[in-house]
Amino acid sequence: MSAAAEPVTPEPVAPRVETPLRRFISQFMESRIAVGALVVFTIIVLLAVFAPWITPQNPYDLFQLDIMDGRMEPGTVGGAGFTYWLGTDDQGRDMLSGIIYGLRISLIVGAGSAFIAGIIGASLGMLAAYAGGKTDTVIMRLVDLQLSFPTILAALMILAFLGKGISNVVIALVIVEWAYYARTVRGSALVERRREYVEAAQCLALPTWRIIFVHLLPNCLPPLIVIGTIQVARAIALEATLSFLGLGVPITEPSLGLLIANGYEYMLSGKYWISFYPGIALLITIVSINLVGDHLRDVLNPRLQK
Amino acid sequence: MTLYLIRRLFQALLVMLAMSLIVFIGVYGIGDPVEILISPDADQAERARAVAALGLDLPLWQQYGVFLVRALQGDLGRSFVYNVPALQLILQRMPATLELAVGATVLAIVVGLPLGLYAGLKPDSIGGRSIMAGSILGFSLPSFWVGLMLIMVFAVQLGWLPSTGRGTTVEILGSRWSFLTRDGLAHMIMPAMNLALFKISLVIRLTRAGVREAMLMDYVKFARAKGLTNSRVIFVHVFKNILIPVVTVTGLEFGSTIAFSVVTESIFAWPGMGKLIIDSINVLDRPVIVAYLMMIVFMFIIINLVVDLTYTILDPRVRLESKAI
Repeated sequence: MSAAAEPVTPEPVAPRVETPLRRFISQFMESRIAVGALVVFTIIVLLAVFAPWITPQNPYDLFQLDIMDGRMEPGTVGGAGFTYWLGTDDQGRDMLSGIIYGLRISLIVGAGSAFIAGIIGASLGMLAAYAGGKTDTVIMRLVDLQLSFPTILAALMILAFLGKGISNVVIALVIVEWAYYARTVRGSALVERRREYVEAAQCLALPTWRIIFVHLLPNCLPPLIVIGTIQVARAIALEATLSFLGLGVPITEPSLGLLIANGYEYMLSGKYWISFYPGIALLITIVSINLVGDHLRDVLNPRLQK
Repeated sequence: MTLYLIRRLFQALLVMLAMSLIVFIGVYGIGDPVEILISPDADQAERARAVAALGLDLPLWQQYGVFLVRALQGDLGRSFVYNVPALQLILQRMPATLELAVGATVLAIVVGLPLGLYAGLKPDSIGGRSIMAGSILGFSLPSFWVGLMLIMVFAVQLGWLPSTGRGTTVEILGSRWSFLTRDGLAHMIMPAMNLALFKISLVIRLTRAGVREAMLMDYVKFARAKGLTNSRVIFVHVFKNILIPVVTVTGLEFGSTIAFSVVTESIFAWPGMGKLIIDSINVLDRPVIVAYLMMIVFMFIIINLVVDLTYTILDPRVRLESKAI
């Protein structure tokens, strides 16, 4: 925290050549694994964003599907004239195209829910730390209650109430995730609010919202970023799990989890690719995010600072 | 101590009450079981009779009142589908889930502790690094997919293990257990492994972090200075101290293991509570959903309490009063 705190601290420091951002970047670059993971993740995001221009087939345009090509093994050339590198599913859908389109849904749901949960959680955590007293108690009780309940179950129940659908999955994920942000932000905000710069801001009679969002929040960012990164990966995994159980995204907008579920029944007859490859895609996505998050934690953790 | 216990139990009661309200409103506020449970051919009178029999015609708050009074008497409603008490249905399925969860926990500790200890003592060795890389993989691997792959490799390709079900069971004290038969154990290996994967990684990381921290402590230096053998320092002095977080987390994780068995049971068609709840959600069998959730909340409160008490035994510095739920 202290690393990022310095530029905001009003006390005059001798000008440094090394800005925190630059130091952060150079520290991050030290780990080849983390950089590699970041590159992989960037490629995945690009694939998902430009899916319609990359995939040989629009997997949800029924006119492009040929039922005769159903359940073809990886590497077969289909009726449409291009090779199904990863095989096809039971409806003759190219798995590669299906996976890239599935990545889109998974990433949107994962990043979207982590982002919304981050805003809600960070605001509440900040409020709890700044207001203290009863507000703090109430918010933290809610957090405790939320965290004492396993995420998968909470999400399952919310979806059982709300029904399937992308927005419902996002709502469920936000409800189960906000508490992690709130707890983290409250923890670091409690430390930060005793610092001199906050006192100085209070002496200047700045409005509370300004102190919270302009002064306090930037200094609580490092742990928030770490939690946020890891929560994206968790959200993607959770969404996949829920979709696999048949409670997540609708069949018309299959994420990776639903693709895996679709292949389940064919696996026992040895047609592994329908489940296998979407799982690999899911795995690469989650691992790359986790590796980046893991290294971010090391870099941003003041206790491990050299 | 007694005062603390009483206060904790009182708090637990409040949490139960709050959760029961949330769960009840959530489950009963949305969805209409009448549509599902009563045949579409039924006429108006038959429908009305069925609705009255299920108590669904009362206003929501009255339904909750009835539910609460009955819950206090140990009656959590009858399953709409099976027409047996929901609690009984859940308790019947409980042994299957419990043995799976216990199996997974044992597996996690047996595998995780030694690996974590090794990784903590030799963090920069190749072995230590690969263990850590493996643990990241364990966290990242979507466990339902791992389950599918286990089935594919060990059941479909190699044919070593049965893919689904519980196998032969033995009846002890009125409930059926499958860990006592060879066939049952064979059925249990893959689901338990699947469920344990995440926990193994967790135990590895906790142990490693604990060992690394403890090795720098003065008491370890002192023990070494006394001339104790390396193994005594590690297994007596260090181990005692790293056990605290490991015990706490494995304990707390036990509840979420039971919760997460929802996924594992669905994959391996393991007839436990998790599979029951998924089936119940799909047909909106509300009493079972509510009963299951109340059971889980109850279990969590108990687990939290037990973990906190264990904590104070392991570490006398922890002040009981300062900890709430």
